[in-house]
Amino acid sequence: MNENLFASFITPMMFGLPLVTLIVLFPSLLFPTSNRLVNNRLISLQQWMLQLVSKQMMSIHNTKGQTWALMLMSLILFIGSTNLLGLLPHSFTPTTQLSMNLGMAIPLWAGAVITGFRNKTKASLAHFLPQGTPTPLIPMLVIIETISLLIQPVALAVRLTANITAGHLLIHLIGGATLALMSINTTTALITFIILILLTVLEFAVAMIQAYVFTLLVSLYLHDNT
Amino acid sequence: MNVPLKEKKLLEVKLGELPSWILMRDFTPSGIAGAFQRGYYRYYNKYVNVKKGSIAGLSMVLAAYVFLNYCRSYKELSESLLDCFASGGVSPDRVGLVHRLI
Repeated sequence: MNENLFASFITPMMFGLPLVTLIVLFPSLLFPTSNRLVNNRLISLQQWMLQLVSKQMMSIHNTKGQTWALMLMSLILFIGSTNLLGLLPHSFTPTTQLSMNLGMAIPLWAGAVITGFRNKTKASLAHFLPQGTPTPLIPMLVIIETISLLIQPVALAVRLTANITAGHLLIHLIGGATLALMSINTTTALITFIILILLTVLEFAVAMIQAYVFTLLVSLYLHDNT
Repeated sequence: MNVPLKEKKLLEVKLGELPSWILMRDFTPSGIAGAFQRGYYRYYNKYVNVKKGSIAGLSMVLAAYVFLNYCRSYKELSESLLDCFASGGVSPDRVGLVHRLI
């Protein structure tokens, strides 16, 4: 039972071929492109949603920051669709792998920070010391702010990994409990089943929220630095 | 009108000619990519790119995705089923349910 629990997080390979590449590329099939003004329903829905999200997210940035719009929108679409697809039965969720989330978080964070240091060096360095700090506290506070800066990409990646993995594990566990309880006591099994349904609804929300949070934080780091 | 074998579509090929037709198909990378592209556009234009597309167009793709993932993990699932049997945790009638929807 314990081994089976973590089996769904193993990278899928088939005959030694990395199937995971296909799984990571699969969400792109669900977002077709079109050059028309009036599209079919799928594309219209996706375009409406994308416009809503991009207006809400990119409005806080100046011109320089808004050049990142394409990157951030692709990011939220990718994480959102990957997380939602992972809720389907038997599927593999790439965002449960820390390697992949680190691969997304570190370059984006580093890009924002390096942009800040290159273009607004004084302002970026000034971030290390909040206004109005008493003088004796300054060295300690600079160290703390540096650590807090360096931990941002790790926090981004681990947050996403932990949330999605924990959700999937809970669903596995409660599903297993429901199955096991069915032969023992049907009423308890029913209650557990209702818990499972509520959990699944939560997971849908979490899938989308995590995508949003990831992108929002990257956008905030960008805002600080442009 | 004599159409050469290479350019016939599958339904026009006679049964005797089938092996040679299969061997004549384009198995180069660009040929395979072309086959996938044609298949994709056939599905897309039939079910999604229509005036009143419904949820069925997307659901069929997701159902196929679930099915393929199930095929991929069948071996592991049946092994864990055997383990469950041996440890006495699951009764024989629950066999089908253990290939559970998670």
